[in-house]
Amino acid sequence: MQNKHEKFEKHLGWFFTATIAAISIGGLVEITPLFFQKETTTPVESLRPYTALEMEGRDIYIREGCNNCHSQMIRPLRAETERYGHYSVAGESVWEHPFLWGSKRTGPDLARVGGRYSDDWHYAHLMDPRSVVPQSNMPSYKWLAETPVSNELSAAKMELFNGLTKNRSHKDENGNPIPLYSSDDIANAGSEFKTTKSITGKESLTEMDALIAYLQSLGHALK
Amino acid sequence: MSSFWSIWITVLTLGTLVGCYLILRMCLKNFAGVPEGESMGHEFDGIEELNNPLPKWWSTFFLVTIIWGFGYLALYPGLGNFEGLLGWKSSNQDVTSLSDSKAQVASAKAAGLHVQYDREVERADERFGPIFAEFAQQDVETLSKNEEALKIGQRLFLQNCSQCHGSDAKGTTGFPNLVDNDWLYGGDGATIEQSILHGRVGQGMIAWDTMVGGEEGVKEVAAYVLSLNPDRAAKVDSALAAKGEAKFAMCAACHGSDATGSAAMGLPLGAPNLTDNVWLYGGSERAVQQSIRNGRAGVMPAWKGILGEDKVRVISAYVYSLSNQD
Repeated sequence: MQNKHEKFEKHLGWFFTATIAAISIGGLVEITPLFFQKETTTPVESLRPYTALEMEGRDIYIREGCNNCHSQMIRPLRAETERYGHYSVAGESVWEHPFLWGSKRTGPDLARVGGRYSDDWHYAHLMDPRSVVPQSNMPSYKWLAETPVSNELSAAKMELFNGLTKNRSHKDENGNPIPLYSSDDIANAGSEFKTTKSITGKESLTEMDALIAYLQSLGHALK
Repeated sequence: MSSFWSIWITVLTLGTLVGCYLILRMCLKNFAGVPEGESMGHEFDGIEELNNPLPKWWSTFFLVTIIWGFGYLALYPGLGNFEGLLGWKSSNQDVTSLSDSKAQVASAKAAGLHVQYDREVERADERFGPIFAEFAQQDVETLSKNEEALKIGQRLFLQNCSQCHGSDAKGTTGFPNLVDNDWLYGGDGATIEQSILHGRVGQGMIAWDTMVGGEEGVKEVAAYVLSLNPDRAAKVDSALAAKGEAKFAMCAACHGSDATGSAAMGLPLGAPNLTDNVWLYGGSERAVQQSIRNGRAGVMPAWKGILGEDKVRVISAYVYSLSNQD
């Protein structure tokens, strides 16, 4: 009798197909159903979309790789919730593209850092982290205060996020989706850039202002 | 979870376990057509593949893990909507708001579910709750004499407050020193507690440059302010200060006509005393001019929602004790 497993071992096509089938089972069981679950596609009640300035700040957060050292994921362990606040839930992240949960905590978790410190503190800390936290090993991000930020792409970003979150936005009382950004929001995207005062004392807003605005928005939906 | 996805998960999970068992059973049979222990007919560099059976210890362990898997899936939630015989889960993952989170804790408890996180918090509350409840009965001043409370307060301070006020609580530029018994809003226990609970937002010190008459006005007012300080008065241009005095009327609304600050008048405005040597933003001529020119708006965040009233009471006692040591 022929060795049955020889059929797989000596035939590239079969071997490839069988391997793919075996390794996809985990994903099919653990990931695929999540795309269709209420709790992973419904935003928590008080979730609001980012303002244009916060959105710019988020992109700076991604560009500078803040998520490499800071997680945004509070686990359901008392030791974490005592320090950071209520554990993170999926409904807070349904509009995140990409999500910034991170997986490494060289610095503290930032999931609910919004409102915890003043803007002045964030400014001092980003300019020179050791001026406020002597034992910190975070690098300085001084240049953010020198780099202007613009609302040029704000409208495009809002439209993009409207598209990305089409089936996961809040619903009105008739169950119709409410887009994250209305046409008015998009038409006036980033109008606050002109009226907001820069924390750096400069005439116009800098990346520092955007990043601080983003940090101050974190965790607003569940506290 | 809809029943479709529940069945999907259940079938795939159980199917995998059964499939593993079938493959194991297949591999335990000798179907190679070669007697056990004899050559399979491959040889390379003198190394020969023999038709040996799977090691018994290995196949036994494999079987044990499969049985373990069935046991686990019976006890714990793993098969779609089936909650498991133990009624265990790690946390309530589908909360939609803080109040919903509290409601879910209560309903899980009523249903007899073992929610790991809720139990952990409950055990901690049973242990620490009575201590904090006892502290909550005492006012800040009384509590500041309690060694235990001060130890807890210091830990909480280091964890939550030291980032701005410093681990020695002496503050830094823009963040008040808490050990010098000089207070923007008042230093009695209840006021300290209010400051921590609800935060403080400095609002009155807007940019005054246009109102005091431009850059020249800024210099005049700064000169007058510094002339109020006994240590600095000698070095101030008195003519400049005299011009500034007239403009100080605008400042007096918050800082008081004698410039001793709003706390001395009993007003919660956060306007500092300008006649002492405590300077939140620096007392150099340049720093004072800067404060007048651009304004200052310090913000103390509100901690009620983050820490809760009981912990704030203990932190207040610690902060109070720093300025009121016997």
